[in-house]
Amino acid sequence: MLQRYRFEIGCVVALLACFLITQVELNRFYYFAGFAILQYVLISTAWNILGGYGGYINFGTAGFLGLGTYVAIAMIQWYGAGIIEQIIVAGALAGLLGLGIGYITLRLKGVYFAIATLAIAIVLETFVNNWDYVGGAAGVSILPPRTPELLGITIVDRKGGGIFYNNKEWLFFLMGALAIASVWIARTIEFGKLGRGLNAIKDNEEAAECMGVPTLKLKLIATVISGALMGVAGAVFPSYLTFVDPPTAFNLEFAVNSLAMPMIGGTFTWIGPVVGSILLGTVQQVAIVTISSEINLLIIGLLLVIFVTIAPHGIVGWFMKKNK
Amino acid sequence: MEFLELLINALIAGILLGGFFAALSIGLSICFGLLDAVNIAHPTIIVGAAFCTFLLNDLLGIDPIVAGLILTPVFFLFGMGIYSLYYQFFERQSAEALRGLAFFFGLLFIAEVVMIMIFGVDHRLVSAPYIGESFTAVVTGMTFSVPYRLLAAFVIAGLMTLGISYYLSSSYFGRATSAVHQDMMALSLMGADPVMIKRIAFALGLATCGLAGALMIIVIPIEPAVGRFFIGNVFAIVVLGGLGSIPGTLVGALILGIAESLVSTFFGPSWAPAVSFGILLGVLAFKPTGLFGTGDTR
Repeated sequence: MLQRYRFEIGCVVALLACFLITQVELNRFYYFAGFAILQYVLISTAWNILGGYGGYINFGTAGFLGLGTYVAIAMIQWYGAGIIEQIIVAGALAGLLGLGIGYITLRLKGVYFAIATLAIAIVLETFVNNWDYVGGAAGVSILPPRTPELLGITIVDRKGGGIFYNNKEWLFFLMGALAIASVWIARTIEFGKLGRGLNAIKDNEEAAECMGVPTLKLKLIATVISGALMGVAGAVFPSYLTFVDPPTAFNLEFAVNSLAMPMIGGTFTWIGPVVGSILLGTVQQVAIVTISSEINLLIIGLLLVIFVTIAPHGIVGWFMKKNK
Repeated sequence: MEFLELLINALIAGILLGGFFAALSIGLSICFGLLDAVNIAHPTIIVGAAFCTFLLNDLLGIDPIVAGLILTPVFFLFGMGIYSLYYQFFERQSAEALRGLAFFFGLLFIAEVVMIMIFGVDHRLVSAPYIGESFTAVVTGMTFSVPYRLLAAFVIAGLMTLGISYYLSSSYFGRATSAVHQDMMALSLMGADPVMIKRIAFALGLATCGLAGALMIIVIPIEPAVGRFFIGNVFAIVVLGGLGSIPGTLVGALILGIAESLVSTFFGPSWAPAVSFGILLGVLAFKPTGLFGTGDTR
């Protein structure tokens, strides 16, 4: 019984751990670093649904993420939308973006999809730079609500009347919940029909097509789910950062990390991106504080190239081989 | 009248810009179109060459175009090295082509970070007699002006791209490269070494980065991340022209140059980056083989 629901129990335990961490008052930096790492768990898991299972590389993570961020900002500017509404709409629109790009390019060779996604971030950034309603090139400040409520329950109250004492803790917990949900989605896909279909596409698309796998449909579904989750990750960003400008929202760093973390962890199973993002995310948070952010980026780039060339199955791949 | 003046000026600038774009994309057209090596780091390597030009100009006072010519053989050797790595780890193992993409993406990122660490994020310029001045003519009351820097870049780019295009279409080596593109197996059965041909062709593609980098710093001030803004352009051009067709790339570059110039003139320069992406998606949606392409796209 316990064996069978091991993964689900793990999820619940991880969620409880996230909640408990918010209840002990830690130094602000730990919440900040933890948020960044959890966000990367979500992003790299999302990337891996298409990239790892299906073998279609998405270079446009920053574009999907930035879209989510700016949809959230537009909704706040428009009528002061709550965070849950922002997440839902941002996810839906990012999913639609994936559907549109996928519909045009996924019928062609994989490189065309990769190239099209490569240009997305630049184009969306161009639009945002020209759109003053969301701050344009100068950026925009967001004032988070003082006492946000959800279903009539006060979530955050500095005076102690809510579940969390401050907004950062609440968003940390929210990001944790989203990350865990994304891992659950990825795992469900992996062991379901969609995952097996995607794996067949990755191994030999022509053969898969001949065997009756609806390749375009599966690729599109995977792109929509993957893009939507990236949009969700972006939607929480403005509330957390409180100031967003286009270079932050469309940072190439997201694209590199979302590619490097699954590749280093191992792309063929759900745990790979989780291992990769926790490991690389922690190293990055430490490196940014102790060395410099440039050297930190250099390390990611070098690790990506080394793993892609020498260890294509990632860290998880080493352990799996040893077990066999 | 004023509209006509704007339009003609925009068209002239567009054609000149198209020549510059041709220099940026011809190397990629060789690597991506003929050799199937999707080198997304291409524009960033060009920025690297532009910084080398900056150093040669700033420290030794060498004219940027001469500097570009000096850099060309250096980048040829660099290309040989990169291809050897690429072949060793990806092509020989017939690994998923997409892992090769991730490799070039990592390369792009490393190159960019290294440039930021060395040069910082300031914009850099070179000095040469033809930079800064404009050629101005007044015809029937309309003023036409052409910056000499664009003119110089256009002439050099034209010589380079037409030269390479002629060389690839008429020489033995050029025909061998097309043969690699068409059927590698058949070529090796004929007793030729496809890997050697590919290595040289790839190196030729990267050698164009040397001169293209010099042209880039002549045309615009550069900073390490500027290569990213050209990724959309160069790929739109190569795909629009059709994979495997060098003349197609030249035509594509002119079309994109004119389109960008028109959009900058009539809608504002901040919209220019959206042009290449629009063209790229349009081509992929309606005619993925491009204007002159022959290859299959599936």
